[in-house]
Amino acid sequence: MARIIETRQLTAVTKYFRIDAPLIAASARPGQFVMLRVREGGERIPITIADYDRELGTITIVVQAVGATTQRVCALKTGDEILDVAGPMGGHIDIAPGGHVCGVGGGFGSAALLCLMREFTARGDTTTAILGARNKDLLILADELRPLCTHLEICTDDGSAGFKGFVTQRLAQLIEAGPPRRPDSVVAIGPMAMMRAVAETTRGPKVKTLVSMDPLMVDGTGMCGGCRVTVGGKAQFACVDGPCFDAHEVDFDVAMRRNKAYVQEEKRAVDRAACMDRRETA
Amino acid sequence: MPVKRADKTPMPVREAQARARDFIEVNEGYTQRHASFEAERCLRCQDPVCVGGCPVNVPIPDFIHAVAMGDMAGAARILRSANPLPAICGRVCPQESQCEAECSMTARFTPVAIGHLERFVADWERTQPPAAKAEITRKERIAIIGAGPSGLVCAGALARLGYPVTIYEALHAAGGVLRYGIPEFRLPKEVLDWEIGLLKAMGVEIVCNVIIGKTLTLDELFGKMGFSAVFIGTGAGLPQFLGIPGENLNGVMSANEFLTRVNLMGGYDPEKADTPVHVGKRVAVIGAGNTAMDAVRTSMRMGAEKAMVVYRRSDREMSARVEEYHHAMEEGVEFHWLTNPLEVQGNAEGWATGLKCQKMKLGEPDASGRARPVPIPDSEFVLPVDNVILAIGTTPNPLLTRTTSGLLTNKKGCLVADEKTGLTSKALVFAGGDAVTGAATVILAAGAGKRAAQAIHEALEARGA
Repeated sequence: MARIIETRQLTAVTKYFRIDAPLIAASARPGQFVMLRVREGGERIPITIADYDRELGTITIVVQAVGATTQRVCALKTGDEILDVAGPMGGHIDIAPGGHVCGVGGGFGSAALLCLMREFTARGDTTTAILGARNKDLLILADELRPLCTHLEICTDDGSAGFKGFVTQRLAQLIEAGPPRRPDSVVAIGPMAMMRAVAETTRGPKVKTLVSMDPLMVDGTGMCGGCRVTVGGKAQFACVDGPCFDAHEVDFDVAMRRNKAYVQEEKRAVDRAACMDRRETA
Repeated sequence: MPVKRADKTPMPVREAQARARDFIEVNEGYTQRHASFEAERCLRCQDPVCVGGCPVNVPIPDFIHAVAMGDMAGAARILRSANPLPAICGRVCPQESQCEAECSMTARFTPVAIGHLERFVADWERTQPPAAKAEITRKERIAIIGAGPSGLVCAGALARLGYPVTIYEALHAAGGVLRYGIPEFRLPKEVLDWEIGLLKAMGVEIVCNVIIGKTLTLDELFGKMGFSAVFIGTGAGLPQFLGIPGENLNGVMSANEFLTRVNLMGGYDPEKADTPVHVGKRVAVIGAGNTAMDAVRTSMRMGAEKAMVVYRRSDREMSARVEEYHHAMEEGVEFHWLTNPLEVQGNAEGWATGLKCQKMKLGEPDASGRARPVPIPDSEFVLPVDNVILAIGTTPNPLLTRTTSGLLTNKKGCLVADEKTGLTSKALVFAGGDAVTGAATVILAAGAGKRAAQAIHEALEARGA
């Protein structure tokens, strides 16, 4: 059981949680994730650790209500307990110090840039965070990220805030601009389509790029192999070998197809959960 | 006096057609009459060789004699003095290659049904008020990594010696492979829960959701957490894949994934569980060990119309327990022996549709002593399938060893540990079970856990002296 210390609704479907989890907070590193379960009989779902505070013993996660389980997570309030929180799972993001690191966040994936930017800025790296959203209202955590990085770039599809266009267009401009704005390495965290587009943007100019893969998982400890991702032609387990992989080696076609394996079941689960919760409150 | 009767008393089983579609336990268990009747067959040999066939040396004739005399409490006490998980081992041990293989009756008749009697006694014990209580007399705290068979047994043995014990489990529920691997119809969760409840009553603390090597390092268990010794029972949970084309198609998964979805996550009861299980009409399970039998029989219970085992060797080389194989056959599982999978074929949406195979014949013995399967030229064919489940073995999980310095492993990734004591390359760190041996049996893991508990006790005594 882990108590929720703070919640904030970031957008209509995205919620910020600070959770009391001292052991996880003490050992978490950027890029790692936790497995959550919110009810008996519930699924185990992987959620990227957005941030951690070792002194307060808390971790931060941002959850988007898309499926039955994430909807249940988002229904939780400050003071509620989460049934199971296990982690930190996976390897952390390992980039040699002294360079210019650019974190690209799309949608609720932007949240994971919090600890990434803070750690790399603190050790003396130059850091750029590129945040992307469809419009100004869907943009999250820009104010929190601003003090944590050297440069903050905001991109919206409709131009309602910052650069008008995709994160990849702004990233391409920065790469083309050369030093000091050109990053030495890029970390992309967000929807699969965005990560794939980032991979294509950095492939030509040969900028080392990591993507944080988010495949279906059951246990998160290397036991099921359900999360296998094809990297450089070889099957890798995202939970223990990843979740971050060389973007230029990842087979996104396979990854996107595998993530759709349970689409029908997931749809049914959403309806069923709504029905069950109605019955429980009645 | 023993009664001469050639055949073992059969285990009452549920009717194959009925049981093949639900998860209720297949074996119904002996009644008191069955048990007394069977117990009379034991010859009570002067030199009971069956005891040597048991990895934990249960005093078999003694407990069976107690059953024959109607002394159930005595039988339970004798059994539990040697085997801390009798209700589980009575259900899942390969008795035919252990104790029952050594039984003197086998020379001319069928062996005494030692496993069935063990289960009977243990199930009787579960109907009694639990006798266990916490008697913690030692101040040295012991940490156990992994709540599977070896860890549970090690914890029980240490608690009996008076040690305060904490088990750290990575998953949200204790039991290890007994929880995520072995299905309900073979080992009901209530049996496992009862055994775990007993440990808790003895004062053993079980902390779930803590991954040693991630949440805490092994070294932190000694430093920050203040433990005096550690036992590693992390099992062999990493599934192997074949590396054949099409293995990443949708509908292809490891037996670990399939069984975890059904067992640990409760997929066998879709009314209560959220975790989806996708089972098509035709399921091919690759491999012929106990995990393969569990997977194929589970797929049938989850709705498969055609459940198949595909194995490149023949039935004689299969490693599954005889009982599982018989039960699978009765339930209508199709066996494709001497059939080697070459490729999984898929449709445009990326779902598996066929398993391309090649017929094999047996050749000279290989390194494992079993006849080597050799391909028959031009024998390729395609088996139509919706799911392919790989049950071709597991290896130890490297999660702990990757983050711990000074912990030696062998080429196969198994922990290097002393055979008698379980001592690893690190001081006061012991290990046992599948993490040391590679995938093996529950009873071997239990034996290792028990021996390590004694070794931990002796090491701490020696240090204190």
